[in-house]
Amino acid sequence: MNELDKKHLELTRVGIEFPTPKGPFCALKDVDLKIAKGEFVSLIGHSGCGKSTVLNIVAGLYQATSGGVLLDNKEVNEPGPERAVVFQNHSLLPWLTAYENVELAVKQVFAKKMNKQEMKEWVNHNLELVHMTHAAHKRPDEISGGMKQRVGIARALAMQPKVLLMDEPFGALDALTRAHLQDSLMEIHAELGNTVIMITHDVDEAVLLSDRIVMMTNGPSATVGEILDVTLPRPRERLALADNPEYNHYRHEVLTFLYEKQRKVENVSTKKASGSKKGKEVA
Amino acid sequence: MSKEATMAKVTALDFKKTLSSDFAKQILTAVLLPFIGLIVFLLLWASTAKNIDTSLGEFPGPAQVYSQAGTLITEHFAEREKAEAFYERQRERNEARMKVDPTYQPKIRDYTGKATFFDQIWTSLYTVMVGFIIASVIAVPIGIACGLSQKTYSAINPLIQIFKPVSPLAWLPLVTMVVSAVYVTDDPMFSKSFLTSALTVTLCCLWPTLINTAVGVSNISQDLVNVSRVLRLSKLAHVFKIVMPSSIPMIFTGLRLSLGIGWMVLIAAEMLAQNPGLGKFVWDEFQNGSSDSLARIMVAVLVIGVIGFMLDRLMLMIQRFVSWDKNAVLR
Ligand SMILES: Nc1ncnc2c1ncn2[C@@H]1O[C@H](COP(=O)(O)OP(=O)(O)OP(=O)(O)O)[C@@H](O)[C@H]1O
Ligand SMILES: [Mg+2]
Repeated sequence: MNELDKKHLELTRVGIEFPTPKGPFCALKDVDLKIAKGEFVSLIGHSGCGKSTVLNIVAGLYQATSGGVLLDNKEVNEPGPERAVVFQNHSLLPWLTAYENVELAVKQVFAKKMNKQEMKEWVNHNLELVHMTHAAHKRPDEISGGMKQRVGIARALAMQPKVLLMDEPFGALDALTRAHLQDSLMEIHAELGNTVIMITHDVDEAVLLSDRIVMMTNGPSATVGEILDVTLPRPRERLALADNPEYNHYRHEVLTFLYEKQRKVENVSTKKASGSKKGKEVA
Repeated sequence: MSKEATMAKVTALDFKKTLSSDFAKQILTAVLLPFIGLIVFLLLWASTAKNIDTSLGEFPGPAQVYSQAGTLITEHFAEREKAEAFYERQRERNEARMKVDPTYQPKIRDYTGKATFFDQIWTSLYTVMVGFIIASVIAVPIGIACGLSQKTYSAINPLIQIFKPVSPLAWLPLVTMVVSAVYVTDDPMFSKSFLTSALTVTLCCLWPTLINTAVGVSNISQDLVNVSRVLRLSKLAHVFKIVMPSSIPMIFTGLRLSLGIGWMVLIAAEMLAQNPGLGKFVWDEFQNGSSDSLARIMVAVLVIGVIGFMLDRLMLMIQRFVSWDKNAVLR
């Protein structure tokens, strides 16, 4: 990938301070990241390090206090549908059906570009992408968690965003459903080629889906720790990858970063260390 | 009979038993207990009423109240018959004049008999509804504005806190004077007493709706607000597509409280403003001071209670109808 391509989305020295009763809290400092068009990037890091904050700044929901974000050389300073967000807890409007939720987005974004019939087709097309046509006329409280997340993705895709932002999209789902949705997401990404930034806690998910994994250091003043290029060929098969040495190498890299270089809770680790010492003595 | 068959029969029987005991329980709570409560109340009422002597005679017991209710109904129908007879005579007279002189323009006069109890109920309902609707039309938008913007809320909050506890009786003289001063037309569409009563109701109905709407709107989930921001919904679309649907339950809580207060306020307002509704009925009976008066007032008391209850149920039905969450438990 040449350097020119990486100009699609640029975060330059992004920092943010939240005002708190105890004075300003510096959550992020000097976050630098360049993302190419069509790239799939995962953000991984310990809880509370500032992943959601990065995503919200890119979405325009938060304003960076220093540095800035450029999308196609235009500064990002407010939310907009070209940076669609899939929220962690789906955030569907509970009084609208799946179809109407997607329709709301389509009507808003394509008000002048499509006629009624085209809108209808576009809504249905996006529901089809996430395999939700059969439950299009059900309300969020009538469908399962995985289905809600699918509708959330359909709504985001229907905006035809330049960048798709996903905050732990599968975090609340069981392992089987998650695997299913990961496969769907890979298919969709292969087909549409959107630029994607996804936050995850799941190392396997990060390696399976990403072109690059951005590992963040612990806060406060969190920043980008390491970036791992994942060059596994696509399409990727989770079963075949399970005992692929390259795949395991990537996994190992991420795990090392998270659990050695950025070990989270100090007392737990010292306890463990002392426990292992005792074990040795007994042995 | 095989063993399995017996088993099946036993379970079926058990099932029937539990079913019938459940049914009995339901009957007990839904019909029997309220009925017992009512009977006990009537007995207590009847026994204490006998021992209270007022200057208008004995305090009315259930029996007198029941008979007065009957009288009020007969009076109503008698009055209606009179009215019909009046219009019939008028029509006949006009026809007779037309026969003699075809160019004659028939005069139609309205019947001006006295208002019956049912006319008064109707007047009260109409007045409270007008007052309540005016209040809602004002309070819901202001409540939404307060919920959306902390600044608006800070600006309006002191006013709410000061005016909320004011009794309708304090407003009434002011409203009366303002209505007399401002509402001057030769051909009044509404009577002044009606306007005074309705506006007093409005002043007292505003606050619960306003406060509850503001609370409901300010508690919208941040996620839904973010969805609206990502979609770049306009202010208006944000209010109608996100804010209103998600705060419907709180808005209705406020509306129900307001209507309840409005109905109570109305009776007092009608007494003083002499709007020909239930309040005036109670007042007139009190001034009359006949031996039946107390029983007739008691009928009005019960009717006021029942109507208040029905108004609340009506609001509940409307809420069920507009609310998107059909599973929510509403009470
Ligand atoms: N609006 C805010 N005001 C003050 N502090 C905030 C705010 N939002 C986030 N923070 C702080 O910033 C830090 C990063 O929060 P963030 O939500 O980005 O973490 P995260 O990496 O997404 O965590 P998780 O994985 O648990 O979702 C946290 O310490 C949090 O307390
Ligand atoms: Mg987060």
